Amino acid sequence: MITRPFTIRRVIKESHDTFSLELEPPSDLDGFNFMPGQFNMLYVYGVGEVPISISGDPTKPRMLTHTTREVGTVTRAMRGLKVGDTLGVRGPYGTAWPLAEAEGHDVVLITGGIGLAPLRPVIYYLLAHREKYGKVVLLYGARTPEDILFRKDLERWRGRFDLEAYLTVDRATGSWRGNVGVVTTLIPRSPFDPLHCTAVVCGPEIMMRFTVLELEKRGVVDDRIYISMERNMKCGVGLCGHCQLGPTFVCKDGPVYRFDHMRDVFTKWEM
Amino acid sequence: MENLERILSEHPFLSGMDARHLQLLVGCASNVAFKAGEYIFREGQPADKFYFIRHGLVHVLTHVPQKGSIIIRSRDAGEIFGWSWLIPPYRWHFDARAVEVTRAIALDGKCLRDKCEEDHDLGYEIMKRFAFVIAERLEQTRLQLLDVYGNGPSK
Repeated sequence: MITRPFTIRRVIKESHDTFSLELEPPSDLDGFNFMPGQFNMLYVYGVGEVPISISGDPTKPRMLTHTTREVGTVTRAMRGLKVGDTLGVRGPYGTAWPLAEAEGHDVVLITGGIGLAPLRPVIYYLLAHREKYGKVVLLYGARTPEDILFRKDLERWRGRFDLEAYLTVDRATGSWRGNVGVVTTLIPRSPFDPLHCTAVVCGPEIMMRFTVLELEKRGVVDDRIYISMERNMKCGVGLCGHCQLGPTFVCKDGPVYRFDHMRDVFTKWEM
Repeated sequence: MENLERILSEHPFLSGMDARHLQLLVGCASNVAFKAGEYIFREGQPADKFYFIRHGLVHVLTHVPQKGSIIIRSRDAGEIFGWSWLIPPYRWHFDARAVEVTRAIALDGKCLRDKCEEDHDLGYEIMKRFAFVIAERLEQTRLQLLDVYGNGPSK
């Protein structure tokens, strides 16, 4: 529960409204270990605290990376921070993606928008332990070509023989040479075995709803689909109740859930 | 012709179609290829074909004054595109352009409409399959319109 001061070592502009911060842990911490899917509470001193997913490499604990979009008071202040400034970090919190359970299976990662940020640690992890998994397929949807996150990573991943990455945008002008259409349109023909796969889905809730429908059409069963939920997280440890979702607290029992555990609350508007 | 029949029979859109109907389709089919950048059809022209893409990528686009060309959807290998041949006044509503070298099987819309009129079982099969495609595209378009990656609530 203690907020620790981390030092900003690099600020990366990912797109017109999205940025990453690379943070160095304080000297008395022996690195910062986390599991892909977890988040931290980030505190801009004197402004406020927000929950942000970890987007960096779990095999490199000396540098903590967060990626976020500028959407409000705290993230706007965060964007104004510079190399050498201090940011408070409390965490890691929450559940992780099921990387041990996915061993021996194909892994299909389906994500849209800034949802790629919490999935990037998964990709780093899968590539670091590549021999344990079947096919690894990434399906990523962005709003426009200008909104595509982690371009250098995507270019590197698309050049590999052991990872298949497909990209689509919702809208584009005539100069774009790639796919156009929502990310769900990539699912029917993507090369994974629906009977022996783990599906990892992260993005806006409505995108995840339609993604689950498409996965089910392909024959992927509920208990092989994992989603990441987002609610108004404040304490991070399931005490304050702000992020209650049905019988669970997203900060403690989530954000990563197996879909069959969420099916009943997933389409209830009141939740 | 034998080759065309095999290619068509393996396409998911025609999965389960009986051999007699497939034979009727083959009679309206031809192999086509488009160079990168070539327009396959233009808005307002007679819609006399639809396409099974075998290889390549196609953009369906329209021109918006002051904004230029806007790509509405892309279609790639394994997909079909073009259904204006099925609905009067049989004119394309958008442009289609090959992004890269694209090979496809083209089906002659007038030929197929005539065969569907003569053989209503074939007509029903075709309509069922196109109804599925049209419903799927309507759903995808609705999702596209929702702009799901737009800014969420402030933090």
